[in-house]
Amino acid sequence: MSPHRLDVLDLTAHRCRELLEAGDVSATELARLYLHRIAAVDGAVQAYLLVDEEGALAKAAAVDAKPRGERLPWEGVPIGLKDIFCVKGMETTCGSRILKGYHPPYDATIIGKLRAAGLVFLGKLNMDEFAMGSSTENSAFQTTHNPWDLERVPGGSSGGSAACVAAAEAPWALGTDTGGSIRQPASLCGVVGLKPTYGAVSRYGLVAFASSLDQIGPLTRDVKDAAALLDIIAGRDPRDSTSIGLPEPVGTPSRTDLEGLRFGVIKEFIGEACEPGVREVFDSAVEMISSLGGVCEEVSLPSVEQGIAAYYLIAPSEASSNLARFDGVRYGHRASGADDLYEMYTRTRSEGFGPEVKRRIMIGTYALSAGYYDAYYAQAQRTRTLIIRDFAGAFDRFDFLVSPTSPSVAFKIGEKTADPLAMYLSDLCTIPVNLAGLPGISVPAGFSQGLPVGLQIIGPHFSEKGMLGAAHALEQRLALPLVPPLAEVAR
Amino acid sequence: MTLIKEGWEAVIGLEIHVQLNTRTKMFCGCELSFGDPPNTHVCPVCLGHPGVLPVTNEKAVEYATRIALALGCRIADYTIFHRKNYFYPDLPKAYQISQYDLPLGIGGHLDVELEDGSNLRVGITRVHMEEDAGKLVHSGGASGRIDGADYSLVDFNRGGTPLVEIVSEPDISTPDQARAFLTQLRSLVQTLEVSDVNMEEGSLRCDANVSVRRPGAALGTKTELKNMNSFRFLHHGLESEIERQLEALESGERIVQETIHFDPASGLVSSLRSKEEAHDYRYFPEPDLTPIELDDAYVERVRQSLPELPAARKERLVAEYSLPPKDAGSLSANKPLGDYFEALAAATGDARMSANWVMGDLSGYLNAAGLEVTASAVSAEALAELLRLVSEGTLSGKMAKEVLEAMIDTGKPAGDIVAEKGMGQISDAGELDAIVARIVAANPGPAEEFRQGRDRVLGFFVGQVMKETKGQANPQLVNELLRKHLGGAG
Repeated sequence: MSPHRLDVLDLTAHRCRELLEAGDVSATELARLYLHRIAAVDGAVQAYLLVDEEGALAKAAAVDAKPRGERLPWEGVPIGLKDIFCVKGMETTCGSRILKGYHPPYDATIIGKLRAAGLVFLGKLNMDEFAMGSSTENSAFQTTHNPWDLERVPGGSSGGSAACVAAAEAPWALGTDTGGSIRQPASLCGVVGLKPTYGAVSRYGLVAFASSLDQIGPLTRDVKDAAALLDIIAGRDPRDSTSIGLPEPVGTPSRTDLEGLRFGVIKEFIGEACEPGVREVFDSAVEMISSLGGVCEEVSLPSVEQGIAAYYLIAPSEASSNLARFDGVRYGHRASGADDLYEMYTRTRSEGFGPEVKRRIMIGTYALSAGYYDAYYAQAQRTRTLIIRDFAGAFDRFDFLVSPTSPSVAFKIGEKTADPLAMYLSDLCTIPVNLAGLPGISVPAGFSQGLPVGLQIIGPHFSEKGMLGAAHALEQRLALPLVPPLAEVAR
Repeated sequence: MTLIKEGWEAVIGLEIHVQLNTRTKMFCGCELSFGDPPNTHVCPVCLGHPGVLPVTNEKAVEYATRIALALGCRIADYTIFHRKNYFYPDLPKAYQISQYDLPLGIGGHLDVELEDGSNLRVGITRVHMEEDAGKLVHSGGASGRIDGADYSLVDFNRGGTPLVEIVSEPDISTPDQARAFLTQLRSLVQTLEVSDVNMEEGSLRCDANVSVRRPGAALGTKTELKNMNSFRFLHHGLESEIERQLEALESGERIVQETIHFDPASGLVSSLRSKEEAHDYRYFPEPDLTPIELDDAYVERVRQSLPELPAARKERLVAEYSLPPKDAGSLSANKPLGDYFEALAAATGDARMSANWVMGDLSGYLNAAGLEVTASAVSAEALAELLRLVSEGTLSGKMAKEVLEAMIDTGKPAGDIVAEKGMGQISDAGELDAIVARIVAANPGPAEEFRQGRDRVLGFFVGQVMKETKGQANPQLVNELLRKHLGGAG
């Protein structure tokens, strides 16, 4: 097959791998194919903050120079990276002006793993500033557009990663998920998004938002790719004391039925907040689970209704501390002309951070302050314990829990920017999963108003293998046509 | 309580920071250093780059456990790190990883021997682990502080060095007691071999909380006294601050709770009130680190590995070598010095003489040269050789002091120096006998006086013999020979 007849819209990462292994395409041809695609559509989508054409082609050439038999399985397959991962020498901004021009002196652990696997880095993907947001509208540099409807948001914070994969600007991408930042944009863009168990993947080199919640995970065009990318990045890392790794590699999911599995439908996530169109898609997905042999039953987890409240104390508290290092002293933006240290701090941070980041730093600083700690931070942590217990109780009865990933389909750009609370509700169904440290996956389950709707499957800690198997069975049966109309425009 | 002044007593608690001498920093792999060029022992972790994570230094936990156990603390079976949040350019993450309500060690004590020989038991509230900050160098401006400086430079070499903070109960009531406590705490930590405990280099630092009150009254308002980087400054700073508080209270003013800066140059204390001191540290559990659970077996292993502590050594030196308690105390306060003494005593078989030499001439030389005994030019073996020459009668005590000086200067063994300088005492009875006979014969007058009972004349003859032998004659032998040749009453 000659490269010009290859269509990126047909490609998944494992298809890229097959073509490379068969010698049907060279790594350079593959990289060029994606670079052309980026050139063609990214003006409209605006998923990339940085395209490393030179680096990608150099890496691809190095792969091509190696005899095929000596290559590693994924060597030469391109990938897109959320701009939250430190890549040595490659500008890493976290979507913030305060890190504009920052070139990390080191690689994140997962970047080292991707390099070791021989992947080709296409570039850095847009995100809400410091991963705070659900739409990429909080990016200091650009808003990414949903490839299914360019007037709508791709979700966030890993909106650049989700849109990039949906628009086939990379076969797969990595994102991070603190309260839904992989799963919600995956749902809104019609791709697969996996948040692993807390501790499965090293956080070293991931610019921290909320340390006790952040996890790195794949955004892919199918479940098989999500499993493969998870196996590449997972593992205990001596540089991350909170990392554990996975009990075993998840391997390639092949399950096509759900016989013998019990699914709990979380009652609190399908109430009023859920759009009717989303509810319809979800209900038919539940029917399909049953038709595949799974047993579905409604389950109540009362504490998850406090999830958003607890999250918006814990995450900002940790963030207020994590983001304090951006002080203009050692790297990143520094305000000029300040007369003394405190003016330098104040002006640097006032100029460098956007409104949502400032809002959360203020909330977190307040929640940790003397006299408020017990009422806010400590109370939120107690709530978190209740949520963990509710999930644990549910997993005594069910193998997996299911819900819509997002209560709504992709919303219009600008629709929720004036109302932070409405924006926060986007993560209603995903936040409790982070609070409990559980793995969750969003798989495309259908469409509402012509826009993708995702189904969230939640499993017990370290149940990724089984969870991916279940997701695979559902994906195979659904066999959705996941090509955004953008493709027609670009061709 | 000892009154600080008629009708007043002071209440003092100390906070001591001990820099551990582990190979690497508390939360990264950078090597510890002192005096190296700025920012040469740094990495993304200790520079607080985005995305980095801390990893606890296991050795530092062990060292901290040693200190806590030596102070009689209970080791917590569950201990966690907290973040202490504040902005300052020497603190790269803008938070210090420290411990808060679940510290490593709780509830110990140190028995302090005071000048008058009495014992003061000072409670230890807690022993906890944390990381050190970097160092700032301010250029320009009068205050030597960051406010008003033209510019400031940061050296992160020290940033991330493991620290142990020891907090005492307010059981101390005079500057003398405070100094005694710190001195004895220093020798305890030194004995554990977990820190250089050098105040000038900052590996031992001390802050004090001070208040004064009428005896029996409720505690007064305390101030925190900082920057006392020597034993002398600690004493001086406390005196000045207590004086300041007394004057204020006696003139009807109130004490304000604040941080006080001791200025060694002027010997005065001044308020450190500035924006940077108005802190709410917003402590919360460090989410990047997992809790530390030290099990009984671990704690027991560390306990077993503790060396003999100064108090126990003192008792043993008294019992084993019959040393006076004061001497035993001095030798136990400095572990290397105690080790030196014991090696010397074993080699010479004479503990008293060994103790006298170690605390006398050897310490005199070390103090003058500013050396630790471990850096002494004269080893215990070499000194033992010198003392052997003394006890054999080859050298007089006075000559031995000269030889020691030469040993220090040249590094040569005592025997070589004695031979080179021809300093061996004349103990050859035959050689001396001839000299004595000649001198007695040459002085018939004094010889006659001696025979008639004027014993003091013997001194004249000894002096003559010594003059003749350039002082190298064995005095005991000279005495015997003179009496033989003079005969008579004597």
